[in-house]
Amino acid sequence: MSFIKPNFRHPGHKPNALGFLPSDYEGLLSTLCAGCGHDSIGAGIIQACFELNIEPHRLAKLSGIGCSSKTPAYFLGNSHGFNSVHGRMPSVATGANLANRDLIYLGVSGDGDTASIGMGQFVHLVRRNLNMTYIVMNNGCYGLTKGQDSATADKGSKSKSGNANVFQNIDLAGLAIELGAGFVARSFSGDKTQLVPLIKAALNHPGFALIDVISPCVTFNNNPGSTKSYDYVRQHLEATATVDFVPPADVIEVNYEDGAEVDVTMHNGSQLRLRKLQPGWNPYQKDAAVRALHEASTAGEVLTGLIYVNEVQEDLHVMLNTCERPLNQLTERELLPPLQALDAINASLR
Amino acid sequence: MQAHPVINDFVVRFANVNGTGSASANNMFAKAIFRMGIPVTPKNIFPSNIQGLPTWYEVRICEKGYLGRREGIDIMVCVNAQTMKNDIAALPSGSYFMYDSTKALHQEHIREDLHYLGIPLTAITQREYSDPRQRLLFKNIIYIGALSALIQLDMDILKEIIVEQFQGKEKLIAPNHQALELGNQYARENFECPLQFRLEHRELLGDKILYEGNAACALGAIYGGATVAAWYPITPSTSVVDAFADYAAQFRVDGETGKNHYAILQAEDELSALGVVIGAMWNGARAFTATSGPGLSLMQEFLGLAYFAEVPAVLIDVQRTGPSTGMPTRTQQSDLLSAAYASHGDTKHVLLFPSTPAECFDMTRSAFDLAEQLQTPVMVMSDLDLGMNDHLSEPLQIKSETKFLRGKVLTAQQLEDIERFGRYLDVDGDGICYRTLPGTHPTRGMYFTRGSSKDEYASYTERSDAYRQNMDRLAKKWETIKSYVPSPQTYQADYCSREGMAFFGTSCHSALEARDELNNSGLTLDVIRIRAFPFHAEVVDFMEAHDRVFIVEQNRDGQMRSLLINELGIDPQRLISILNYDGLPITAKNILQQVLSSAGHQAATTASLPGVSS
Repeated sequence: MSFIKPNFRHPGHKPNALGFLPSDYEGLLSTLCAGCGHDSIGAGIIQACFELNIEPHRLAKLSGIGCSSKTPAYFLGNSHGFNSVHGRMPSVATGANLANRDLIYLGVSGDGDTASIGMGQFVHLVRRNLNMTYIVMNNGCYGLTKGQDSATADKGSKSKSGNANVFQNIDLAGLAIELGAGFVARSFSGDKTQLVPLIKAALNHPGFALIDVISPCVTFNNNPGSTKSYDYVRQHLEATATVDFVPPADVIEVNYEDGAEVDVTMHNGSQLRLRKLQPGWNPYQKDAAVRALHEASTAGEVLTGLIYVNEVQEDLHVMLNTCERPLNQLTERELLPPLQALDAINASLR
Repeated sequence: MQAHPVINDFVVRFANVNGTGSASANNMFAKAIFRMGIPVTPKNIFPSNIQGLPTWYEVRICEKGYLGRREGIDIMVCVNAQTMKNDIAALPSGSYFMYDSTKALHQEHIREDLHYLGIPLTAITQREYSDPRQRLLFKNIIYIGALSALIQLDMDILKEIIVEQFQGKEKLIAPNHQALELGNQYARENFECPLQFRLEHRELLGDKILYEGNAACALGAIYGGATVAAWYPITPSTSVVDAFADYAAQFRVDGETGKNHYAILQAEDELSALGVVIGAMWNGARAFTATSGPGLSLMQEFLGLAYFAEVPAVLIDVQRTGPSTGMPTRTQQSDLLSAAYASHGDTKHVLLFPSTPAECFDMTRSAFDLAEQLQTPVMVMSDLDLGMNDHLSEPLQIKSETKFLRGKVLTAQQLEDIERFGRYLDVDGDGICYRTLPGTHPTRGMYFTRGSSKDEYASYTERSDAYRQNMDRLAKKWETIKSYVPSPQTYQADYCSREGMAFFGTSCHSALEARDELNNSGLTLDVIRIRAFPFHAEVVDFMEAHDRVFIVEQNRDGQMRSLLINELGIDPQRLISILNYDGLPITAKNILQQVLSSAGHQAATTASLPGVSS
């Protein structure tokens, strides 16, 4: 395990359109276990932000508590971060977004942080359609407290202790669709080819975007019998479609194979191109998406890819009719009533 | 035989059924007395219920200007059969009992020592109105009309209030005026008017206003620049956010775009409400939440985060009777300890104690300045009595050139000019560090906010020395805070007694009345009104200058006394609790009796106090 982050970077790395190098999107050296899936997701976030030409200071990263919630220290070191309290990142993100709607908000959470202690906050975050990307690093267990089952552990899945989980699992992707989320994806930390375009698409989605990323815990939940191990997930991956993210400036080369492709246009003109693998699946149809999730689950498979999308939704600022200018930039001039208003109020109270 | 008249000094209590429209009639009663220039204190004593349960409205009229609740009822207006038996039993001898005489009083309700004023309210409304809703509502107006004759409540003022109340619904004015006249006429024809207890016009109120504390807090948040309000509905704080929504709709909508310069979010619980506030203030918007005891309990976790990560937050705690659900519609000052030391670990929080609506306005407004300057949560500790009742108050005031004091927030240019930014670096030596807002500078000023231990540059650390240095700096900041919080109000130029009395919030009115009463009987107490925690140096001075200090508060365990002992190291023997915790506002009589009967007090004072007999 490394304890010093090498300064060496691939000499072939070229800056992005803003002049930033990939290293400008990196963070501190990870203190997670060697081989942890979470670090692969962090690398995916770094790549996605680099390729999207995001100005690091225009993004705020927020998290709760747990292994997953530590990771914002390991990516986007030039962005403000907020490692809040266990399961409460959704409310902090809501406040931050209300204060400044111009920044990009990236939330990182875990299965314990989201599906157990933070479930109340998570479901209401989805209902609010807060414009943010919410990545769950889902390993089915509590790593920092040494491997207890979490609420996303599949029923019957065995942890390192050898005991099978007796409780029904919570499917965060299915739940988010039911609650009205406009962008719901699932991926695998070991599949960067799929994960990076999904992160890019999520960051471009004009509302709440969930990516539930199966991310094996190499220390406590990577054993035979676990349904969140590298081996199990690799063997049971079932993708909805291959995913390509096409930024708005790029020319889209359409190569239609009859009925096999779906192009999803994002609000800013970028496109998400999906090559369908699942018969009957339709990312625009809630019921078809939920059915596909159920069928995969029944078959013991992990359905990945973009599962559901509805890009024509009103985000929280639209619902609350807030002004275009970020609230944190309003000054005394806009915020204070005229002087004589107080006299009128006093007069009305006599 | 007519007893000698009592002018402008009595208590009227109305016994009503919740949800029958009595509130607006009763409010009109208090407002009319206010407009007659006479000090008046109305208090709702209401159930945790929307319709059907008993509710009372108690109005103290006091020419001397004492605004606390007074024990004893002089006139009871009972329009609730459910409570009639107890309402009659509660009356002192010689008081008046007004009731609906459509049905004869039951024999068990007759007391020889009371004056009965029977008015056939139901019969009159049956005769005069056909609409069932009007029959219900106008009963209330009729008894106000009767009172106008009985206690000389100015009929023209009542009519004027009705005209104002029904602006835009003018056709309701005439029937309301008619109901007033019906009551007035009945009283004049059937009783000897006026009664012993009666009103006379005065001009004692100057430019004072009659206002609710919750609305005043809401307006304070408007003038404090709050743009984000996050909350979870809870009695008795709900009307803070309701009023904020009304004022924001009035003052905060962009005239051109129709867009809001504010956001109000009803969260899923109080945890979330405070999380939203913290997220917003972390990101540079002024934000607040309003809650009460049970909500404050849920907010403990986030208060610890905001204390340790040094994120500003503003809370308005409208205290109610605890513990647990307690009595949700009764008042208390019982959240002090759980607010002052909220959350696990070593934490301390800034508390402000308003006593009047004007102070609710000022303190809420300045709470935003304090929270941002001090980078920590600030709690405005109101209570149900102050928040949900109309109070006589100084008018609201604000300086003409109000600037928000945003504290130590670095701009992009300032970040250019400094060598290395350290979020928790005590550059100025006052324990308060510089912070940055997300999005300020492309390459400088970024830091990681966390509830875990960190060094001066906000990097995670488990080094004992770094942890301790940070905790010591927070303690230093706490010392700095003492010079920022409002000083106490003192009521004497020089100390003139070895004994003192300290109070805060809504206890102040009755405490001041008790002080005067004690003074009349020869016992002089120096008094002080505490306005903030941590304690200002003047509070320390007061405690040191007196051998014994009575601490007046509305909870069972003497929470303010505990804070004083704990923070100032005062000998507990020197602080004597004067307590009231029955859920009703404390009275002067209660304070007076407790002071006079306090253990050791008589031995210490009666020798020099000829006026006080043991």
